[in-house]
Amino acid sequence: MVERSTTRGILAHAIMILGALVVAFPIYLAFVASTHAPQELMQSPMPLLPGSHLWASYSAALNGGGQNNAAMPVARMIWVSFVITMIITVGKISISLLSAFAVVYFRFPLRQLCFWAIFITLMLPVEVRIGPTYQVVADLGMINTYAGLSIPLIASATATFLFRQFFLTVPEELVEAARVDGAGPMRFFKDILLPLSVTSMAALFVIQFIYGWNQYLWPLITATSQDMYPIGVGLKQILGTGDSAPEWNVVMATAMLAMLPPAFVVVLMQKWFVKGLVDTEK
Amino acid sequence: MLAFPSTRLSHDKRVASFRWSRMEKRVFFRATWLPWVLLAPQLLIVAVFFFWPAGQALVQSLQQQDAFGSSVSWVGLDNFRALWNDSTYLASFQTTVVFSTLVAVLGLGCALLLAVFADRVVKGATLYKTILILPYAVAPVVSGLLWSFMFSTSIGVISWALHRLGFDWNHLLNGDHAMALVVMASVWKQISYNFLFFLAGLNAIPKSLIEAAAMDGAHPWRRFWTIQLPLLAPTTFFLLVINMVYAFFDTFAIIDSTTQGGPGKATSTLVYRVYFDGFRAMDYGGSAAQSVILMVIVIALTVVQFRYIEKKVHY
Repeated sequence: MVERSTTRGILAHAIMILGALVVAFPIYLAFVASTHAPQELMQSPMPLLPGSHLWASYSAALNGGGQNNAAMPVARMIWVSFVITMIITVGKISISLLSAFAVVYFRFPLRQLCFWAIFITLMLPVEVRIGPTYQVVADLGMINTYAGLSIPLIASATATFLFRQFFLTVPEELVEAARVDGAGPMRFFKDILLPLSVTSMAALFVIQFIYGWNQYLWPLITATSQDMYPIGVGLKQILGTGDSAPEWNVVMATAMLAMLPPAFVVVLMQKWFVKGLVDTEK
Repeated sequence: MLAFPSTRLSHDKRVASFRWSRMEKRVFFRATWLPWVLLAPQLLIVAVFFFWPAGQALVQSLQQQDAFGSSVSWVGLDNFRALWNDSTYLASFQTTVVFSTLVAVLGLGCALLLAVFADRVVKGATLYKTILILPYAVAPVVSGLLWSFMFSTSIGVISWALHRLGFDWNHLLNGDHAMALVVMASVWKQISYNFLFFLAGLNAIPKSLIEAAAMDGAHPWRRFWTIQLPLLAPTTFFLLVINMVYAFFDTFAIIDSTTQGGPGKATSTLVYRVYFDGFRAMDYGGSAAQSVILMVIVIALTVVQFRYIEKKVHY
């Protein structure tokens, strides 16, 4: 039996509360800033309790009423981010399911080569080959398109790797049973493998959703017109270039709106997400 | 459609020829065109958006292009030589090493502390955990914005408090302050990830070990040093590599939204340079050469990581 001491219990709680406060403070401060009028934020120190300007800030952000985002409503950016994120998430999960199925359940010439061709992409994030990737996308005429903003980010093997690892743990008896019942490979895939993969798919959904939603460098160079800015890039534009003081309440309202969808997904799907993260080691 | 390996021998040979083969299916489907159809989408995307650009980077790193892109000439290793002789590039190498080390060490330290205590508390554990995983959901660009807002020289709450304490904070002029700011924003963003892995690692340690040590009279502090920490070594090493990769590549947005590499070049890391030289200074050859150097670094880090994974299999 491990001893239970009250003072140590209090110490543990104290450290956790301190940690949680430090971690939550930046987000809390952003929320507070988004509820005040710009001039209230200019005083030193800025107020630390929420103000009454919430509705004005958020509607200015969403509808493009701020001085720096008059032509860039955040509602549009959220939509662009959402479309890109969904293409990345759904696209990655679907093509990875198929390719992992192929490398695990089939034997064919050059299989090992295909395997490595896919898995080497794990090594080089898009940031590393940013210039040449941009030129390829430009040559294909995909600048400022949803496809150009999302498909190059699908070219990575994280999901394929997870599904491969998972498929390898599926009992072989299931394939034998399927064969006895006269089921072909696609039937086996659809009726047995897919239902078994639901948990892995849920975990990957969270990880890829965050990955897609939080993209910055790639859209920064591929989205050149304002109506194709995802929210991360748009946020930077609303912040302005430093010539004039930014309207912090609108900026922070935009930041809150940018944080909301991924935070929602993470908190809601916490269990699967933690499992997926720790299982894939990604 | 379904086939078993023809002989036992061929199976064993596969095992011998390739490490990972031990983890392969004994039972599989046999088809000529179906696997290719299944692989086609991924292979196509990987070929167009990975191998083509990676090849381009290699080629361009050996070329020099004029500012308007009208003429291209082969220059051999000149781009690499130019980088080698460029003191600011070597300085950004050093900046990256300092930055990554700080992010990895501070990030792992804070996360380990929180995980050890989170492992002990029972009441309210879910609430603490939920708050601590929130930064994972926050985009790096937002993280950078939040921290530069708190430390803003004109309206920042923390910089105001520091000023009251007699400390003049100015990350726009002071390179060390700027570095501290990007490190804090990066550590904050990564703390959730480290925390979750440490917590999972602590959960995996058999309770009986801890109980046995407690019965032998070992206090929590001693139990931590002699049991938990050594057993967390594989997790720590894995996280160390992941955090280095994170600090190298995923912090671009944080730097761009806080300091933009400044003041001077105080927070200009290697990835920031690739972007700046390629897209702002329009030096494609130099940028491609930097990409190639980065590729070599990532491959080296990945090899280290794979070595570790292989080792873990043996335990």
